Amino acid sequence: MVFEVFRQEKKGQPFTHAGSVVAPDAAFADAWAREQYGRRGESEALWLVPRDAVHQVTEWADEFDLKYRRVDGYSIKERLRIARERAGRATPGVR
Amino acid sequence: MNARAEQLLAFADDELIVGWRDSEWTGIAPTLEEDVAFSSIAQNEIGHARALYELAATELGTDADALAFDRQPDDYRCAPFVELHLMDWAHTIARRYLYEEADRVRLEALKAGDDAGLAGLAAKIDREETYHRLHAELWAGRLRDEPRFQEAVEELWPYAIGVVEEEQRPELARRVGLELVEANERGSHTPALAELWDEMTEVRRSAPGATW
Repeated sequence: MVFEVFRQEKKGQPFTHAGSVVAPDAAFADAWAREQYGRRGESEALWLVPRDAVHQVTEWADEFDLKYRRVDGYSIKERLRIARERAGRATPGVR
Repeated sequence: MNARAEQLLAFADDELIVGWRDSEWTGIAPTLEEDVAFSSIAQNEIGHARALYELAATELGTDADALAFDRQPDDYRCAPFVELHLMDWAHTIARRYLYEEADRVRLEALKAGDDAGLAGLAAKIDREETYHRLHAELWAGRLRDEPRFQEAVEELWPYAIGVVEEEQRPELARRVGLELVEANERGSHTPALAELWDEMTEVRRSAPGATW
């Protein structure tokens, strides 16, 4: 069985995909992943997910070229600057 | 040498030599995952050895490296069990399992003992051993009905029982579900130790007194 390993580096942080372990069951996956992804104190927690449990999505319908939904070429920075000026402050959080 | 130093050295030598032996599987264990885990556990055992040598070194006025590498093979106090050069996985995992069970009995006794320094270190070691036992027991559970594993356990059992003190042996036998037998006692060495020692101390002997 393949278990996908997700690793949380610090408390409160999101789990990110770290790799996988091949193990006969969850107990072996636990023992092995613990050593492989946690022995240097690099992980706060691990999620071990059987690959079969992952529902993958790869098909996308994008038939009408709806460019206006995308943010390409759309400067958030500039809009933020203008919004802040309007609010009467130069940097966020300073009143 | 006082009894405390002797006790510390016996334990430390067991941990160093079993760690050394287990690390011989690095790169050639049955699966990649097991390779990483087994090597990591071997390193942990050597880490326990270092902590125990450090405690012994304060007793003996020396340092951990000197105790680990500057003694002659006959001065090591490890049990013959950890010296054996096991060439197949069934025996290796049987030793890992039996060693963990013996170590648990030894640690329980030390944790409950009067020696506060040693009891504290035993508790610290035991927190790591929890995961070693998890690993060893998984293997033992999976291979329980495998004749090669059963034979290996039976063959190694008289050696394993020699790791712990006489009064701890009934408890060890109960835990592993085997009969009490005559032990291969600590105090003499198998020829395998001299060979291991030769390799283990080679670098240290090549540059005496060097610091790294």
